Amino acid sequence: MTIKWKNYSADGFFDELILPSGRPRKSAASLCKYIASLKDDELQERKDASELAIRTMGITFTVYSEEEGGTIDRAWPFDIIPRVITNTEWEQIEKGLKQRVQALNMFINDLYNKQQILKDNIVPRNLIDDSANFRPQCVGIKPPHGVWAHICGSDLVRDKDGTVYVLEDNLRVPSGVSYMLENRAIMKRVFSELFEDYSIRPVDEYPSKLYDCLAAISPRKTKNPEIVVLTPGIYNSAYFEHSYLAQQMGAELVEGSDLLVGDDDYVYMRTVEGLSKVDVIYRRVDDLFLDPEAFHPDSMLGVRGLMRAWKKGNVALANAPGAGVADDKVIYTYVPKIIKYYLDQDPILPNVPSYRCVNKSERDYVLNNLDKLVVKPANESGGYGMLIGPQASTKEREHFANLIRRNPRNYMAQPLIILSTAPTLVDHSAEPRHLDLRPFILSSNEIYVTTGGLTRVALRKGSTVVNSSQGGGSKDTWIVED
Amino acid sequence: MLSRVAERIYWMARYIERAENTARMINVNTNLLLDLPKRVTLGWQPLIQITGSKKMYDENYPEINERNVVKFLIADTRYIGSLINSLNAARENGRTIRDIIPREAWEKVNDLYLNTKNQLPQVLSRRNRYDFLGYIIGSTQGITGLLAGTMTHNFGYDFLRIGRNLERADMTSRIIDVRSVNLLPEESEDLPPYETIQWMSVLQSLSAYQNYRQQVQSRVQRGEVLKYLLQDIYFPRAFNHCIHEVHSSLKNLPRHMGPIRHLNQIIRSVETAQLDKISKKALHKYIDELQLQLAGLHQTISTTYFSIQEEQPVKSKKKKSKSKKSGKKSNASTARAAQSAATAN
Repeated sequence: MTIKWKNYSADGFFDELILPSGRPRKSAASLCKYIASLKDDELQERKDASELAIRTMGITFTVYSEEEGGTIDRAWPFDIIPRVITNTEWEQIEKGLKQRVQALNMFINDLYNKQQILKDNIVPRNLIDDSANFRPQCVGIKPPHGVWAHICGSDLVRDKDGTVYVLEDNLRVPSGVSYMLENRAIMKRVFSELFEDYSIRPVDEYPSKLYDCLAAISPRKTKNPEIVVLTPGIYNSAYFEHSYLAQQMGAELVEGSDLLVGDDDYVYMRTVEGLSKVDVIYRRVDDLFLDPEAFHPDSMLGVRGLMRAWKKGNVALANAPGAGVADDKVIYTYVPKIIKYYLDQDPILPNVPSYRCVNKSERDYVLNNLDKLVVKPANESGGYGMLIGPQASTKEREHFANLIRRNPRNYMAQPLIILSTAPTLVDHSAEPRHLDLRPFILSSNEIYVTTGGLTRVALRKGSTVVNSSQGGGSKDTWIVED
Repeated sequence: MLSRVAERIYWMARYIERAENTARMINVNTNLLLDLPKRVTLGWQPLIQITGSKKMYDENYPEINERNVVKFLIADTRYIGSLINSLNAARENGRTIRDIIPREAWEKVNDLYLNTKNQLPQVLSRRNRYDFLGYIIGSTQGITGLLAGTMTHNFGYDFLRIGRNLERADMTSRIIDVRSVNLLPEESEDLPPYETIQWMSVLQSLSAYQNYRQQVQSRVQRGEVLKYLLQDIYFPRAFNHCIHEVHSSLKNLPRHMGPIRHLNQIIRSVETAQLDKISKKALHKYIDELQLQLAGLHQTISTTYFSIQEEQPVKSKKKKSKSKKSGKKSNASTARAAQSAATAN
């Protein structure tokens, strides 16, 4: 038996590869033809080869396990059918992302300095006053190039009609880029012949782009600044990525206890040769754990005095502390206005239409339509604390109605976007599974967008939850010449 | 190289070596008891003394017998020095540096712990014990060989060798101490055959019997065995050889003045010792001293490389590293406790 695309149906959702007629989209035609030409055992062989590659390459993510009294590494779930996007469409998305991130950085820089956008009443001041991610410790600081969010991961989703929306921006410590790189490496091993037919844009330059981005913010203008990756440690779920990126950049992977801030307010790392000065810290530790002197006094993950060193301009931090103020879900609803305000341009990539519960009329609409909407709290990430109205019980909806009435500032709501699908291998046949896309945007002296990004796919039938901790997997993402 | 990374490599090596030596001790004691007449009741107490764990043992076990001691030394997770805990500590240290050491080495360390844990219920019986302990010794030796053959021989490898050889020197001295002082009757006329057997067992526990025979070419007797195990420069488990290994690794490292000075004192006190006719009491005192010196050396290495404080940036050479002697009053077993560290956090 082989895969027969004419029997494949995405049930009315937008499918990334297959048209409703059952014919492949033009960009995916030779891919689909190739896959349909494989017999069951050949397909299985490819799948086994990909799993073997994942194991031998050691691609894992960490989950907590009660049994082992610690954490265990799970192999990364990967689907061998790639997702294809045409270059023409991608160029537009790339432009939109650059525009968006540039405006967001200008916005953050403004918030910690002149606050002109608040004075001009474009964004209400109380939103910032009440924001859990606004850091008073950062006021007055002007990081190099005015950039706060050097590494941004924006989640894109495609709706039924094919429109690509920005669902959220992750401006704190977005993760996933190492899987994007590894997915491509697996595909090259498993489907090398496809790379001959297609011209697929490469993704491998990310680590060197990341290095350049970080080097460009080094306070010491030297040819080889000391760049380190600061990780919370081996039990962090993204530790694989921290260690991977450090290796790829040739940077030292450090924990908080490896660093210290000297009396001269410079940052040093402890090496067997003695103390060695650090110029740039790509930190993968949350703001509040960065420096026990400035934030949580009992944090073991951070470095005492780090904020002091940063404020004096003796070390660069990426992302800058406080950048998270702009990935607040309520601030998100203002992004189109923010783009217009700073760049005087219309947004290229649309937001998902959103209702702010803080405004009475919009709140009333939300409360009356909870069964149709997704409600999100302002400051959570990873899908926590959300209400998916159409799937929730009456009791859950009532619970959320109360939460919203009590603290309207903390909530926004959106219509449920039904994510697009792509064929995914399930027991020798292809079935539609929902997916999203997380490109990564690097900003310092210039802005760079990854070619494609990490496609996350909900492996459970009908599910739209793409998180790896909840049954999500991933696919390689191909940007191809049309 | 980061201090933390160096420290974890060092401890991983120490714990692997500790596990191996624990296995060796138990194995040999088992064999020895089979050879001795019932009236010479050496029993299992010496192992508790060698490991400096008497207090801990007494608190948890009503009496000293084979089953209890073996259980305590191999499987008791409450005792930090037990075989299973050493393997776990080696694994936890290894886990934090798995990007630094070769992947196969990490996998072997991990497997060794998991396999050992699974086999624990069976090894308490004497029948399975020999094979099991042989497996431990073979596997730890395998890891050592794998690291030698696949790990880049940079600073990290130097710390690995330092950890392994310090631990080995320490264990060799302990085995000698207990076997020769606490346990054997003063050389006397009525037990000569058993005396030889006991010294043979000391040699065997260190895989030294064959080497001794080839090199010393005299019968197995106290003075010669002591000299061989403490002063020989060629045998890999001889005390003197181990600290010379530490010396050659330290020489590759930056800022080694303090540790080397400390080490030279130890070498001097080993090489100048008069061991031929040393009395039981004097030997015990001497070995205690060696162990304290080893603990002191560990301390110096630790302050020089692992717990660097705010003073000297890399290039400035003004300050020498401190080498504080650890408290004079401590005896070998508290020094032992000070030398255990599970660094994974």
